[in-house]
Amino acid sequence: MSAVTPFPADARPLLEVRQLSQVYNLNRQKLFVPRPKLKVLDSIDFSVRPGEAVGLVGESGSGKTTLTRMLTGVERPGEGQVLYDGVDVWTGGEAHRKLFRRSVQVVLQNPRSSLDPRMRVGTSLLEPLRSLRIEGDHAARVLEVLDQVGLDKNALERFPHEFSGGQLQRIAIARALMPGPKVLIADEPVSALDVSIQAQVLNLLKDLVRDLGLSLVFIAHDLSVVAYTTSKVYVMSSGKIVEVGKPLDLFRTPQAEATQALVGAVLSVEAGLAGNALA
Amino acid sequence: MTSAKPHAIEVKNLEVTNGDVTAVRGVSFTIPQGGRMGLVGESGSGKSMTALALMGLLPMGWSTHGSILHDGVDLVTQSDKALSSRRGRTLSMVFQDPLSSLNPVRRVGDQISSVIRRHTGADRKVAEAQTIELIKQMNLPRPEQLVRAYPHEISGGQRQRIMIAMALACYPQLIIADEPTTALDVTVQKQVLRLLNGAVRDRGSALLMITHDLPIIAAMCDTVAVMYAGRIVEIGPVQEVFRNPRHHYTRGLLDSQPTMDNIALDGSSRLVSIPGMVPPLHSLPTGCAFNPRCPAATDKCRETMPELGSDGISAACWHPINVAGEVAAQ
Repeated sequence: MSAVTPFPADARPLLEVRQLSQVYNLNRQKLFVPRPKLKVLDSIDFSVRPGEAVGLVGESGSGKTTLTRMLTGVERPGEGQVLYDGVDVWTGGEAHRKLFRRSVQVVLQNPRSSLDPRMRVGTSLLEPLRSLRIEGDHAARVLEVLDQVGLDKNALERFPHEFSGGQLQRIAIARALMPGPKVLIADEPVSALDVSIQAQVLNLLKDLVRDLGLSLVFIAHDLSVVAYTTSKVYVMSSGKIVEVGKPLDLFRTPQAEATQALVGAVLSVEAGLAGNALA
Repeated sequence: MTSAKPHAIEVKNLEVTNGDVTAVRGVSFTIPQGGRMGLVGESGSGKSMTALALMGLLPMGWSTHGSILHDGVDLVTQSDKALSSRRGRTLSMVFQDPLSSLNPVRRVGDQISSVIRRHTGADRKVAEAQTIELIKQMNLPRPEQLVRAYPHEISGGQRQRIMIAMALACYPQLIIADEPTTALDVTVQKQVLRLLNGAVRDRGSALLMITHDLPIIAAMCDTVAVMYAGRIVEIGPVQEVFRNPRHHYTRGLLDSQPTMDNIALDGSSRLVSIPGMVPPLHSLPTGCAFNPRCPAATDKCRETMPELGSDGISAACWHPINVAGEVAAQ
């Protein structure tokens, strides 16, 4: 009935943040008054175990994106730690930092803006190997990854504008897979796609988690999409994690106010036909 | 069909073309006074081009053929000036992204009241009073202060309500809403839809709701037209079409919605997806445009284009799905 967990329940977290806080200084409002501060992340604890798919939901402004920036090592936290495989990524030394950068990869919302329009897809795919200075048989790796995301090898010679949104998102996923990551972070990966294509990409992400033993962090605002892909969901609201649980439990018995608001916002065809969707 | 009332809009054989590219290929539908129709389709299906053609706002180079009967005239033959005096008065539109459709350097109150002044000839004071009244109806806080705000100073949900207020200001016969909530946060989406729903009902306007989101159509509309590659492939009452879809594309769209049911399955559950992708406009397949992605396609589908039937519910398909969920042999 409930999701089968393909990893030992006591496994050590692969990517983890502990007591993470971040404060941004806002623009000065008055001349002789200190700049106001905004606490965007407040004592966040978050972890992903090997092979686990975890969801992160919340309305815009709840801090999802800032947390993603911390998880990918783009931004250094003001307080708290980001640990990869048990070692702090900011103080763990150059070699560990390099391992972390290879092992955590990200897929962004809109592939049309995250792929360089003037670069052939083949070149785009090689880019992570070049910038991370990964040695090996690059041509073989490209073909292997293309196969994993279900694309043909004649895609390599083409430019991004020749593809549809769904294919481009596959290419973006392929690029993230190139360095052989252990954790894939997907930030709203289907919200820019059409409905019939969304299902294809969601199925692909689910297969990758199962077949490659990847850990997945799936960030979205749509609870039903997250629930379909993940086995554990964190709910964020104004910089705090307000609820953690299995997707079905969150759906059926939401505790926190933010979760209730998200569950209440889900529109379904059935409710619409019954005439009570907007009640 | 003996009602003396004219339809809010009657579109016959609408085609939208640019050179040899055709975005809309013969679309016909009618919306009665106060009716609500949903137009569903994926990007590239021609749904937004249909809306822009109705408004007379097509981008440079595109031209409209066929007829669009509205308020006793054919909009296709109207001059730009005549269309311009209609927009906002007898038909109006709510766009997807309010931040790019509101004027960033004018106060939102002025933008609403200039619509009222242009179309009713009311003086400044009267128009401003009406604007504040409208903003109150939109459930926006502190209307007296809000009229003085610039678009960037208010939230996305508030901006979209301002857009709705502007569209409704002159009690139009038809409101076209093109993906009105896609740019908004999920929790705000429902509030805005509820507001639009109530406001359209109170004014007795007709609504054409354009979206790719089937639940929104189910919640807001009484008829639905499903577009694919520039044509309507299925049209009928929402209850009928969504409960017993006849076209395989409609069924595919409905099946690929993540719902509680397929989440409740175990971790290996998969969403049903439509294979392939929407064909580009310049290389449409012969016959039925959906045939390369359709599970029931036969040689007939690859050769001849199916037409919509003329009964209330119809699907442009050679092998429609019947009520029992079976595929007709024929």
